[in-house]
Amino acid sequence: MKKTRKFNGGLESLGEVCDFVTMCAKKCDLNETQVYAVQLAVDEAATNIVEHAYRGRALDEFEITCEELPEGFQVVLRDRGQAFDPASIPQPLLNVPLEELRSRGLGVFLMRKMMDVVEYEFNPEDGNILRMVKKKGR
Amino acid sequence: MDIQSTEYKRCTVIMASGRIDGSNAPDLGTALRQLNANGIYDIVFDMSEIKFMASAGWWVLIDVQKACKPRGGELVLAAVDKGIRDSLQLVGMDTYFTIYDDVTAAVGSF
Repeated sequence: MKKTRKFNGGLESLGEVCDFVTMCAKKCDLNETQVYAVQLAVDEAATNIVEHAYRGRALDEFEITCEELPEGFQVVLRDRGQAFDPASIPQPLLNVPLEELRSRGLGVFLMRKMMDVVEYEFNPEDGNILRMVKKKGR
Repeated sequence: MDIQSTEYKRCTVIMASGRIDGSNAPDLGTALRQLNANGIYDIVFDMSEIKFMASAGWWVLIDVQKACKPRGGELVLAAVDKGIRDSLQLVGMDTYFTIYDDVTAAVGSF
């Protein structure tokens, strides 16, 4: 199974993104917990594309490819926005008193927590490419 | 996303449905902050009809909790979907909220 779809680069696309990856993940026999993990990781990644790579310019599109691998379910997000390396975002400070909690960086942290592989590359021709894999049976 | 609120004697229950992500989390924030603006800080968020919540939604809840706690109030969560609850626990954010299995128990806690 390998499916690719393009989405408008606005936050209103997030629901369609979720529907698409959910359909693909279920075809790969991921269980309910794994499907939710994929939904959350991809939603956070797509939100980052809209807010950081495209900075709200909803006319730009991004592309998602879902593929079943022998070891699990792979999602690749491609956009042509500004370089946005998730590794550049500092890990959020959690387990601190409520008043000290700050919002920055949780989305990237969640992506790493939810998925078994998170890899990023950027080149001027292809833009940002984020590859994530959820392994089966975990 | 449809948002409704119901006032009880000791607290207010706010209910939303569908998914909460970066596109509509600000709407939820507006509704909750309006309660705060009306002097309401004892709040139950009925999540029984919410099947997905991204980090944008969590931060709305954290910000409201930051407003409620210093005033002696609390935002409590009720009927949280397993996937949402698991992800909250995974990053340790569940510790900032009291979570009840259903709305009746949550309302009764005030």
